Amino acid sequence: MSYSVSDPSRRTKWIAGIAVTLYAVITILPLLWIIATGFKSPADSIAYPPKIFFEPTLEGYVNLFTTRTRVNPEEMAALPEAQTWYEQIVRDQGQIIAGPSRYGERFLNSVIIGFGSTFLCMILGTAAAYAFSRFRVPLKEDLLFFILSTRMMPPIAVAIPIFLMFRNLGLNDTHLGMILLYTAVNLSLSVWLLKGFIDEIPIEYEEAALIDGYTRFQAFIKVVLPQAATGIASTAIFCLIFAWNEYAFAVLLTSGTAQTAPPFIPTIIGVGGKDWPAVAAGASIFLIPVMVFTILLRKHLLRGITFGAVRK
Amino acid sequence: MAEIVLRNITRRYGELTALEKLDLTVPDGAFVVLLGPTGAGKTTTLRIVSGLEAPDLGEVFIGGQPMNGLPPAQRNVAMVFQQYSLYPHLTVRDNLSFPLKSPLSQTPRHAIAEKVVRVAETLQIAHKLDNKATELSGGEMQRVSIGRALVRNPSVYLMDEPLSSLDAKLRADLRIELKSIQADSGATLLYVTHDQTEAMTMASHIGVLDHGRLVQFGPPREIYADPVSLYAASRLGQPRINILPADLFGPAPSGAKFIGLRPEQICQGKGQDSLVARVERLGDQTRLHLKFRDHDIVTITDAHTALHAGDIVPIQPDAPFFFAADGARIRA
Repeated sequence: MSYSVSDPSRRTKWIAGIAVTLYAVITILPLLWIIATGFKSPADSIAYPPKIFFEPTLEGYVNLFTTRTRVNPEEMAALPEAQTWYEQIVRDQGQIIAGPSRYGERFLNSVIIGFGSTFLCMILGTAAAYAFSRFRVPLKEDLLFFILSTRMMPPIAVAIPIFLMFRNLGLNDTHLGMILLYTAVNLSLSVWLLKGFIDEIPIEYEEAALIDGYTRFQAFIKVVLPQAATGIASTAIFCLIFAWNEYAFAVLLTSGTAQTAPPFIPTIIGVGGKDWPAVAAGASIFLIPVMVFTILLRKHLLRGITFGAVRK
Repeated sequence: MAEIVLRNITRRYGELTALEKLDLTVPDGAFVVLLGPTGAGKTTTLRIVSGLEAPDLGEVFIGGQPMNGLPPAQRNVAMVFQQYSLYPHLTVRDNLSFPLKSPLSQTPRHAIAEKVVRVAETLQIAHKLDNKATELSGGEMQRVSIGRALVRNPSVYLMDEPLSSLDAKLRADLRIELKSIQADSGATLLYVTHDQTEAMTMASHIGVLDHGRLVQFGPPREIYADPVSLYAASRLGQPRINILPADLFGPAPSGAKFIGLRPEQICQGKGQDSLVARVERLGDQTRLHLKFRDHDIVTITDAHTALHAGDIVPIQPDAPFFFAADGARIRA
């Protein structure tokens, strides 16, 4: 893979460096602010002018994972010593722990639905993309355009029909329903992206495998998939990010058992005043899986984004 | 090893006819080279034998067994492609053992390792076994891909211009290697090329293809010395055969439209005068570009010739070929 490009001049490098740094600061700053707010006390979190230096506390995180009741000072004094550090943090606020919050469950729902739909989307997307890339599918161009057209309006525009459909099928507020929905929404993106990646894999590799004694399916698994790994990884990241962050459908279609974290996080605000540190803590934890997933696959992601941009 | 028989094979791509009623027999143990320009149907023939493509009409037999409808895996053929021949995500060792690990092969693990090492040694790539396929040079890659065909015991080997992407020296080396491997193992080999040197040096038989038809089949020497048509005659020979109006040097057989003169069919020193237009000294030989009655003729002469551009050389044909207007050979 050799290609010649002229080296950019010093000045160009400087300008590019400054632009990239600025962009990074602008995008990362809110993130840092959220993470910092998670460790502030409620008073610090709404202080004006905003505090950059503050005394960190885990109050936000403790409040995120617990439900609490306020007790008056006499009752508090009658209680035995707090057994754990988090109990102590709650008591310092003049409250006692009533039980765990639902954040854990909601977070788990997000994991199940987000990764579940991404997984399903990759399986269906890869299979469909392979078929579109390799086989003579009747009406191929029209089908591909149809698949793309499903994304031409915002998915929420069809919220009402989907809501009614889900109610009739008993999919309301179920993991399966949300997985199917996010898969359907993401599928057009994944089919188109993956088709591009598979198109780039020369068909000779599969033909060689066929002659080497493998069936087409085995050739697909052993020869095509490993080479499409980059494309699959970067497509999976895009799908996961969408499913992970989706808010509107989650509000509409889930309430109890299958509610994901995005609609849950704002409800924390309502519990006993504006508990911004708890909200920020919820958001911070919510960031972790996608961040880890992206970091794990970042090598592929970078190659995936530039894929096809450079002619070998 | 086995013979390959193609009977009445026709293959069309829409309007385009790739193969037209092709009959071809590759004898057991033969090294058959299919020769022809791009679009002659060489690669299509290989793909039909391998099973990667099905003929519209006709039958394929390998070792006497009918192959129609069988997938490539069940035909027990090995094929070397022109490029993209190695699995880029695997090491050289894994590439070589890939065919042996197929569900059809059922080779025991220790036998695989043994065979891979033996083939790697034959092809002098044993020291590269643990390299990724993408870390090899072009010549090494092509060796490995030939190796991947050799680790198996297929009925026949199919090779689709395996040397064309290599530089001249490597091509010459591998040509000799391939030929000796084939001679040692007695394998049946069907080989596609448009390089006449490869065809002349390696083939036991050459099949000349023209627009999907087999126009001549026989030993290289026979095709060179006794071509059936103008087309077959132009496929071999360096410099190319000179094609001139039949009566340029005197009376021609009836029906002849063209006279074909290979360099050795041009006798220098007697006959009619021609003008030396250019002298190309290649070292081991010298090419003469002659002007004869407004026609260009290329021939060869003594490497140390004293001739210069502008000199006059008398020439006359010596046992030339005559061809009819449709290109068919006219025998005196």
